[in-house]
Amino acid sequence: MTSLPTERSAKKLGLVIDLDVCVGCHACVVSCKEWNTGGYGAALSDQDPYGPNVSGTFLNRIHSFEVVPEGGEVIGEAGEARIVHFPKSCLHCDDAPCVTVCPTGASYKRGEDGIVLVDEDKCIGCGLCAWACPYGAREMDLAAGVMKKCTLCVDRIYNETLQEVDRVPSCVRTCPANARHYGDLADPSSAVSIMVAERGGIDLMPEQGTRPVNKYLPPRPRKPLAASAGALLAENTTGASGFFAWLDGMLDRI
Amino acid sequence: MHPAFSIIVFTTLSGLGYGLAAVLGLGILDPAAMATKLAHLAALVLIGVGLLSSTLHLGNPQRAWRALSQWRSSWLSREGVMALLTFLPLLWSAWFAVVEGRHAPVAGLLGAAGAAVTIYCTGMIYASLKSVQTWHTPLTPLCFILFALSGGLTLASLAGAAGGGDALWPALGAIAATIAAWIAKTAWRRRMLSLRPLSTPETATGLGSIGKVRLFERPHMNENYLTREMGFVIARKHAAKLARISFLAGGALPVLLLLVAAALSAVPVTAAVVIACAALLHYAGMFVERWLFFAEARHAVMNYYEG
Ligand code: SF4
Ligand code: SF4
Ligand code: SF4
Repeated sequence: MTSLPTERSAKKLGLVIDLDVCVGCHACVVSCKEWNTGGYGAALSDQDPYGPNVSGTFLNRIHSFEVVPEGGEVIGEAGEARIVHFPKSCLHCDDAPCVTVCPTGASYKRGEDGIVLVDEDKCIGCGLCAWACPYGAREMDLAAGVMKKCTLCVDRIYNETLQEVDRVPSCVRTCPANARHYGDLADPSSAVSIMVAERGGIDLMPEQGTRPVNKYLPPRPRKPLAASAGALLAENTTGASGFFAWLDGMLDRI
Repeated sequence: MHPAFSIIVFTTLSGLGYGLAAVLGLGILDPAAMATKLAHLAALVLIGVGLLSSTLHLGNPQRAWRALSQWRSSWLSREGVMALLTFLPLLWSAWFAVVEGRHAPVAGLLGAAGAAVTIYCTGMIYASLKSVQTWHTPLTPLCFILFALSGGLTLASLAGAAGGGDALWPALGAIAATIAAWIAKTAWRRRMLSLRPLSTPETATGLGSIGKVRLFERPHMNENYLTREMGFVIARKHAAKLARISFLAGGALPVLLLLVAAALSAVPVTAAVVIACAALLHYAGMFVERWLFFAEARHAVMNYYEG
């Protein structure tokens, strides 16, 4: 049913993504594609896979942004600007607009754990849900003609044929930096909820009114590299003393 | 947003067809005239071709019937249900006009109401999307309805004149509807041009508390579904020019021609030729207007792509 569930359990499964830790390696992108192309629903197709115009369906993508503080400098490594790698997959929104626009009932949000899924046998591939999602979390598979999106690896997290350590989303299991965490965000005592509380986890585009379940942990404050650089790295040497004053003099002479 | 040909054809043709059907349903044309019978058929063809064209962009059109199931929440589903329901009174009216040469008032009124509701639903599909701020206003369905009415009245005055009857009232009606439609559209466009973006790269990434956010590296080197579907950008100067073209072709010139036709209403054949030109220009104008409706709309996801 396309309406949002009226009976909801106390559970809200989702991801917490740590923007301080992500190194932008794209390992989760690859593992997500690998797991999900053989898992839930149609395979994730590629178009022109070995040609110059290769493109394909992915459920998870990494953008990289540069953030420049007010009055900050961009120049090289000594500036205040910083790069933030930004993984993005479905946020399993509580007020998911992608669900209510769907004309066929293919898109739905589960009452029992809040996961947003597409029933591909019902999907007509109209694309309206991808228009309704402000985050770009849905991609139409051009070979199958149905909408694909992150399933929160629903075929892993409840899968008792897997070892217990593997009963987490593929992206979470793969991340070499431990930037992705999975858990119940409605339970205040869960590891993910504690992380969100301690680090000030945030919603993406709260103004869109989607009430995402997934949370992002903002990068920790950082001082510019120049502030912690030793005397040798400084731009001029006035005030150098001791060994550095001697070295400065020697280097000037030769 | 990507201006898909099939959706532009669908919204413009079905708008025109529903507009004509609604006007015919009110029974202002001579039901015995051959031109009126043809107009009834033309309305059905326009609607039918439009609806067929709308299925062209589906990934799995063979299951399109499923789209009738979610009318409780989805405007797209409501549109489908209303389009099918409206066919009943429209076919009934067309039968009376074509076969029996008389007006069926109940079917006509039901058909007119159904046509109006269907177009409203089409407009609401776009207006309900908060992710596309340009569309997210009640002015969107208002423009859809008024443009459909203005096109429908233009075609009805053509049928009136071609049938040798009096085209004066439908032509005056078409002038009034066209002016009203462009007043609404101008308000819509003004709103669009003065919008402050609801979402920004800063809110999209949540990094605004640190500073200004700029895309450093895209997640993929080539285009993907998202950038193809939602990353359409059009140069501002071209957009302004196209907006003027759509106003001239879809508003100013048809109104002038309709005024000429109204003055010539004593000579129906000449009037019919003049109104036919007005109708063709009107459709061309609507096509450009609808193309811009998509091309100028910016989707919130572009905050992640610097588009
Ligand atoms: S992130 Fe997008 S696709 Fe996922 S639930 Fe929210 S609106 Fe729907
Ligand atoms: S593409 Fe499929 S899931 Fe999305 S709105 Fe259309 S029918 Fe529903
Ligand atoms: S939870 Fe699974 S489907 Fe979702 S992004 Fe991670 S790997 Fe992909």
